[in-house]
Amino acid sequence: MLGQLGDEAKLLAGGQSLIPLMKLRFANPRHLVDLNFVAGTSYIQEDNGAVKFGALTRHSEIENSPISQRFPILHDCAAGIADVQIRNRGTIGGSLAEADPSGDWATVLLTQKTDIRCLSPRQERTVPLSDFITDAYSTVLEHDELVREIVVKRPDKGSGGAYLAFKRSAPVYPTVSAAVQLTMKEDVCQHASIVLGCVGLVPVRAQEADEALRGRKIDDKVIATAMDAVRTAVDPQPDMRGSAEYKRTLAAALVKRAISIAMLRARGERVEVSHIYA
Amino acid sequence: MPEPVDKVSIQLKVNGKPYAVSVEPRMLLVELLREELDLTGTHVGCDTTYCGACTVLMNGATVKSCTMFAVQADGAEIQTVEGLEKDGQLHPIQKAFGDSYGLQCGYCTPGLMLSTLQLITKNHEPSETEIRKAIAGNTCRCTGYQNIFKAIRLAGHNLKGA
Repeated sequence: MLGQLGDEAKLLAGGQSLIPLMKLRFANPRHLVDLNFVAGTSYIQEDNGAVKFGALTRHSEIENSPISQRFPILHDCAAGIADVQIRNRGTIGGSLAEADPSGDWATVLLTQKTDIRCLSPRQERTVPLSDFITDAYSTVLEHDELVREIVVKRPDKGSGGAYLAFKRSAPVYPTVSAAVQLTMKEDVCQHASIVLGCVGLVPVRAQEADEALRGRKIDDKVIATAMDAVRTAVDPQPDMRGSAEYKRTLAAALVKRAISIAMLRARGERVEVSHIYA
Repeated sequence: MPEPVDKVSIQLKVNGKPYAVSVEPRMLLVELLREELDLTGTHVGCDTTYCGACTVLMNGATVKSCTMFAVQADGAEIQTVEGLEKDGQLHPIQKAFGDSYGLQCGYCTPGLMLSTLQLITKNHEPSETEIRKAIAGNTCRCTGYQNIFKAIRLAGHNLKGA
């Protein structure tokens, strides 16, 4: 159908980003193809050490699923997006395909091994999330291609993650957000993945911060080195939410807090996370 | 000027009553409710997906009716504030908002009452944190929220007793 309508057509998933953009005339698609009536596009399945999400799975369905209780960084994300009403409509596939630099899912899922399964009349292909988003609001999707499924590998035992967003109020995008996944062996960090949202055109991987943690016992000094690396890695724009310097400081502070929660979770402790409101 | 577009026929239930209407595909659900069905209890506050004054229940889940097209409600069951009262009797939630002075100007109240309905249907005794999360998408500029918290707790209590 998208092939017939040409590139002036746009897909409508939850509509919680697209409809507001259309009202502002920032988006002006000639045709909208509503995916909400397509059966079998909303599901959460666990299979072979991976969690699979249908593209139209709503944030609230993920928030309330038993799987996200056992995979807490997913719960941090799903339960913290905007507000109840938006979570009841908004979808994980829509969030990823929209590729808004301030979106939550891409930042979180880049700390995981995540594949995007895409479908077009010509082919079905699997793209790693790290290759899927190419720029702000841009992905590798062709105009007649859609996101069919999101596949997230379950972290190893001894691994813990956390996602924190700093927001002015619930329904708005975060000022800065931080996702951290740590694999620990006793006190020593085996593997780290730190990704920041809202501080670049795409989610920012702070690889030097990952390196600062890897192979080390995580203490205040090591965390301070990682925080410095985060400040350097991010490239925030000053706007009504704060100056670039403020956002750098905020990014480092969120990473510090997310590291402490991820370490506790890596040990198997249950920690409830709630986003931080200014 | 926008070019004219063909109307689409949809069927939906609002507060239990079936409707068959013909709407332009670009019409928002809130416009259908207010302008075609004359159910003006659902308010338009910000029209930018922020304030939650337009909150209604669709198939039991709260949605912002300014951020959905009416055609997307084809086949759905919608509940608005007009559907709370039964046989001239206020719903326990409406009574609780009145008894607790959980409103001042009242503009946000229909949306808040429907968010309350979704919350207390599952949970008669919500904690303060649960209430905060449940109404995070409903903005009130008058009350300072304290009496809304009281109203929601009382509503849960009323519903449990009912």
